[in-house]
Amino acid sequence: MTHAAPVAPPADLADNPVAASLRLLNRIGTLCWVEMRKIRHDRTELYTRAIQPALWLLIYGEVFTRVHAIPTPKGIPYLAYLAPGIMAQSALFIAIFYGIQIIWERDAGVLTKLMVTPTPRSALITGKAFASGVRSLVQGVVVLIIAALLGVSFTLNPLKIIFALVILAVGSAFFSCLSMSLAGVVVARDRLMGIGQAITMPLFFSSSALYPAKIMPGWLQVISRINPLSYEVEALRGLLIGTPTTMWLDVLVLVGATIASITCAALLLPRLANR
Amino acid sequence: MTVDAASVAPAETAVSAVECVDLSYQFPAHLAVDHVNLSIAPGEMYGLLGPNGAGKTTTIRMITTLLPPGTGSVRVFGIDATARPMLVRRAIGYVPQALSADANLTGVENVELFARLFDVPRRVRRQRVDEALSAMGLTEAAGRLAGTYSGGMIRRLELAQSLISAPRLLVLDEPTVGLDPIARSVVWEYIARLRSQFAMTVLMTTHYMDEADAYCDRISLMHRGTIRVTGSPAALRAGLGADATLDDVFRHYTGDTLKDSPSSPEEGDMRDARRARRTARRLG
Ligand SMILES: Nc1ncnc2c1ncn2[C@@H]1O[C@H](COP(=O)(O)OP(=O)(O)O)[C@@H](O)[C@H]1O
Ligand SMILES: [Mg+2]
Repeated sequence: MTHAAPVAPPADLADNPVAASLRLLNRIGTLCWVEMRKIRHDRTELYTRAIQPALWLLIYGEVFTRVHAIPTPKGIPYLAYLAPGIMAQSALFIAIFYGIQIIWERDAGVLTKLMVTPTPRSALITGKAFASGVRSLVQGVVVLIIAALLGVSFTLNPLKIIFALVILAVGSAFFSCLSMSLAGVVVARDRLMGIGQAITMPLFFSSSALYPAKIMPGWLQVISRINPLSYEVEALRGLLIGTPTTMWLDVLVLVGATIASITCAALLLPRLANR
Repeated sequence: MTVDAASVAPAETAVSAVECVDLSYQFPAHLAVDHVNLSIAPGEMYGLLGPNGAGKTTTIRMITTLLPPGTGSVRVFGIDATARPMLVRRAIGYVPQALSADANLTGVENVELFARLFDVPRRVRRQRVDEALSAMGLTEAAGRLAGTYSGGMIRRLELAQSLISAPRLLVLDEPTVGLDPIARSVVWEYIARLRSQFAMTVLMTTHYMDEADAYCDRISLMHRGTIRVTGSPAALRAGLGADATLDDVFRHYTGDTLKDSPSSPEEGDMRDARRARRTARRLG
């Protein structure tokens, strides 16, 4: 067997800003690739994850449609109002587990080893956020199909549907980075599991996923306004069922929150790795 | 693997592969590394020896840029680890203490990931990955998820991962911990073979005296964060008399036995118990 002699590293590795940004993109691409491989190896998880949103629509959605308990804008059927909310919720529930996954990878030594490669920390986080986004797309499509079967009429404009799925993925990326940031703060898996459970439900119920903000008590409306999940849900509704919303604000909040949370999680990553 | 034309420039052979000066690291409750000075020559197989909790892993973490040095400095082939971490990472192949292949990826994917992260050109990537796997005796298992591998196979897979970038410095943290004696000797066989094939510097830690004795050119004995003595295993033994073992050497320099002397009884034990559990989980 012939072999490679140790080679001197290219001198421009860290110097040149152009080379550095190209490397960042290249590494993000690689880590997205590797996350896609992992998803492919575990497809059953994708399917079992689809059960929960199906139940929400079939049981909760059908019942509350019947009782007419929740006033919807423009009197649209409650199931149609609910579907984008369930989409966002099921993506949230997946995303929030990425913090636990990254702690698991830390415990397994996988993370440590990646951090000794010439890879920016933000690329490691972005790869995970991407995976969370991809998983959320599957959820989104499942919810679209089930809701359509239950008689919900969504927009037929393919551009709007694609845009909605992008919003869903960005929202999911944000919540996965939030979870990974928390992982960097609490460091231990069991504590993060507790915190994960403690924040997902409040995030969900204080958003406009199940009911419009205007029927909430005043204090909850305030929380709803600072909850990124509300912006995600409103954007999805605006695109899919045409409820009125300030689209540019929704997008701005989501993209801003995502960038901030990637940065935050990347800064906390060394703290996580060194425990 | 294919021979790369560019090799180490002659001028660089004068520079130490690793140079630690007055290196210390203070955890909140524990001074883990205490003014360590060490210098590893290019091509050397260097062992850092000490009981659990001696500070070996913390030292390795600073050398591999995972931890910023508390005080003092680290240079790898003359490059400052704090100032130019990316360049240092580029030069290093690292196998951490925990068994750390990604259980959710196949053997090939595990190695290909590292090939990509180290910019192995696309046209030779696949071939190099296959060669690295076959050099580690993993061709058969290459398409299987690493989660199905035995402990010894995971270690060999990790070696394949760390070597795909043709590193100038290979850092092995307890490469054989948690392995049964047969898997241990297999891993050492592979490391010895690699060393004879690649002109590589190797820095390893272990708490097995016999391994250090058999494989290292030079060793440093580490105890409670400090390096007590450095030299070739033979010279260290000779200093104590005709039939001294490295265990005797260790006892002589630390007044402690290697086997049951965690440097910091409470913490060292706890942390290592946790690691052992993780390893056991992954092996199980
Ligand atoms: N993240 C950490 N936080 C606090 N203490 C630590 C941490 N990592 C290691 N230590 C302590 O530092 C000492 C040296 O640990 P380590 O470098 O892992 O030793 P070794 O690798 O020689 O077994 C031990 O007492 C250990 O408990
Ligand atoms: Mg150790």
